[in-house]
Order: sequence, then structure tokens, then C-alpha cells
Amino acid sequence: MLETYLPILVFLGVGVALAIVLLGLGLLMGPNRPDTAKNSPFECGFEAFEDARMKFDVRYYLVAILFIIFDLEIAFLFPWAVVLDKIGSAGLIAMAFFLLVLIIGFIYEWKKGALEWE
Amino acid sequence: MGFLASMWDLVPDVLQTIIVILLKIVAILLPLILAVAYTTLAERKVIGFMQVRLGPNRVGPRGLFQPFADVLKLLIKEVVIPAESNRYLFLLAPMLALVPSFVAWSVIPFFDGGVLANINAGLLFLLALTSLGVYGIILAGWASNSKYAMLSALRAGAQVISYEIAMGFALVGVLMAAGDLNLTKIVNAQSGSIFSWFIWPLFGLFLVYFISGVAETNRAPFDVAEGESEIVAGFHVEYSGMGFALFFLAEYANMILISALTSLMFLGGWLSPFQGLTFLTDTPVIGWVFGNGIHWLFFKISIFLFLYLWFRATFPRYRYDQIMRLGWKVLIPVTIVWIFGEMIAVGLGWKPWL
Repeated sequence: MLETYLPILVFLGVGVALAIVLLGLGLLMGPNRPDTAKNSPFECGFEAFEDARMKFDVRYYLVAILFIIFDLEIAFLFPWAVVLDKIGSAGLIAMAFFLLVLIIGFIYEWKKGALEWE
Repeated sequence: MGFLASMWDLVPDVLQTIIVILLKIVAILLPLILAVAYTTLAERKVIGFMQVRLGPNRVGPRGLFQPFADVLKLLIKEVVIPAESNRYLFLLAPMLALVPSFVAWSVIPFFDGGVLANINAGLLFLLALTSLGVYGIILAGWASNSKYAMLSALRAGAQVISYEIAMGFALVGVLMAAGDLNLTKIVNAQSGSIFSWFIWPLFGLFLVYFISGVAETNRAPFDVAEGESEIVAGFHVEYSGMGFALFFLAEYANMILISALTSLMFLGGWLSPFQGLTFLTDTPVIGWVFGNGIHWLFFKISIFLFLYLWFRATFPRYRYDQIMRLGWKVLIPVTIVWIFGEMIAVGLGWKPWL
């Protein structure tokens, strides 16, 4: 059961090793001549006049929060979809009710303008 | 030969398993990296011809060695590490983008039984891994400490997670039809004839899945994360040399992955469109061409890869608010309606996909 996951673990190791080797080769084979202009952040030739890690729009947070709700919903739907044949009409109706509640929430956030980007 | 076999028997069992696994991994990774290299060439050639140009044609016959020249050039370029960046995160980010796009291939079946890790939660594993890719992008944007990179990381993050919902719902639709998370079983559930493929009953989900896939890989027309005219190169603006090459590799490996997944879940993977037509498959000598096999999977992947390039040559870039509107207000409702349709079909005992 669990040993079917061994190849994935090995693949993960190979992937990490490959990434490190490639990046290491690049660091080794390329020249290394840093200067202040080259190492400053790129802003189309201007001097960077403030820190790049500034405040950003709250809507990005909002999208992230909405994403969590919907992703959880998908996490619930996955096992349900697999056993669809075995749970009969009771399972179907239960999930239909659950989805309906979420759709009401979706309509609410839509009407509230949480999905607007103007 | 007998000498080699007796040598092989001397190797401990654990090591034997590991060596076999490693050989299989090489057999997957090497063609994958070559495919990535030649996808970049194909992209430039295809877009070139669509714009009535020739594309690269100087290195080797018809420019066939261009990818190798590109790799060499990137290899001997300086890896600039900006002074204000977080050094370690800056170097970690491209690796974090690359590794998931490679590891995901461990559960892709290439033909019946031709899969490295035949796990029973394959689809769940893929959903998890494809979501990991966004960390590389966000980390790159944040660690660079550059305004363009930061803006791009925000945009890309919000865009990728928005389309992931539509993608997840499309996967649920496929699961309802196939009844299993194992990718080999999903393909075998489409066995029969060309009309058993899931693309017919799940056509809407197929469209949603591929569009989300294009958005997920940040490709044109959804490539605001690297929109040249607005934020220069986006999250990898501070990367040069191999750092940039790793992002590039990850992006193309992901493109091929999405194409492979679309083929496996909706177009029957390695199943031949001529399945069931015995007069074709029983033809002597060339009969195998019409039969099931890995060549059909490669053919389907190529079709979707070509679509990627075609999109890039054809469509103008979406505006950011339009992208979010498409994701939240079009694709998600479409998938929800489709899932409800499937539920009703199951409830009535009417299963068009069987």
C-alpha cells in the first residue's frame, strides 16, 4: 500500500537534486562580477525610491479567503464523487443540499461585489 | 550477459528496487526535458510561421539545435543576486517552481500499466502538486524585493488560486463519471470506442479544465503575471542565467503536464480513436498504429501543446479584471451547473458516460 509511494519519494529526491545541480552549475560556470547598479532592483532605470514590500490591495486577501472556502468544498466533493455509486440517493440529496448552501453563499458574495475588480 | 545477471543478483534487494526506480525516473525525465527543449523551439517556429516569419533557422539544420544553444547560453550567464533580496529564498524559489512540475509526472500513466507510481489517490496527488507551483512564483516575487516582481507575484497568486477552483470542480465531474482517483482506472473507464471518451458527456468541463490549465500555467492570453508591456517580465524580472532557466523549464513542463492530463481525463489517454473497429486494428503490419498505445497519448499531448502556441499567436492579452471575472463568474458557475446536471443524471440512473 504505502510502498507504491516510494517511487514518488525517490522522484522528489531526484527532482531536488536536479534543481540544485542546475542552479549550482549556473552559479559555477557563469561569471560573477557584481556592482551596485547591476544588483539594484530593476525599475526601468530609475532609482528604487521605496521598499517594494509595500501595502497592497485588500482584494487579494479577499480572493484568498474565498479560495479557501471553495477549495474546502472541493476537498469534500472528492471522496463523495468516488463513492457515488455506493451511497445511493440519500448521499446525492445530502450533497445537493450542501452545494445549495454554498451556492447561496456564492450568490451573496457576488451581489455584495466581492468579485468586482473595478 | 550471464556475468551481468550474476552481478545483479549480488546487489541487495533494497538497492535493486531503488536502481530500477531510478532507471524508470531517467526514462521519464530525459524525454520530458527534451520535450521541453523542443516545445520552446516549436513555439518560436509556429508563432514565426503564423506571423509570416521563419523563426530560428541558423543553429543546425532548420534551427534544430537552437534549444541546445539556448541552454548553453543560459548556463554561462551570470546569476545576478540583487543586493536587497533575500538570498536563500531568492535561490529557493526557482527550485520550488521546478520540483513539483517534475514530480507530478510520477503518477502519469503512459500506457496500460506504464506508470512509475500506480497510487490509488493519483488525481488528489496531482491536484496537490499543481497547487504547489504557485509557491515558487509568490516566493520569487517576494524574495526579489522589486516592485514589478512583487506586483506580478500578487497577480499570479490571486489568478492561480481563482482558476484552481474551477479546475477542482472540473476534476470532481471527471471523478463522478469515472468513480476512481487512479489515473489508469480513469482512462480504462473511457474504454470502448471513441464515443466512450469523457469529452462527450463532460464537454463543458473539458473546456473549463483546459482554459483553467492555460491560466494556471500563466500562459497567453492569461499571462498578466509576466505582461511585458506592464510589469516587464513579472516575477522573474530579477532572475538571470540558470535561475531564469529553471522557471522556464517549470513553465513548459507544466504546459506539457496540463496537456497530458487533459488527454488522459477527457480524450482517453493512450486509447485509440479507432478502438472497436476491428477491421482496422486487425490489419497486418500497420494494425498496431490503429490500436491503443503510447503513440496516441503523445499525439493528443501534441494537439494540446499546439493549442497553447496557437492561443499565444492569436489572442490579445486579457485585462486583469476580465481574467478574474472569467474565472469566478463564468467558469465556476458553469462547472457547478454541470456537476448538478451529473448529479441529476446519476439520481435518475441515467449514465451517459457508461
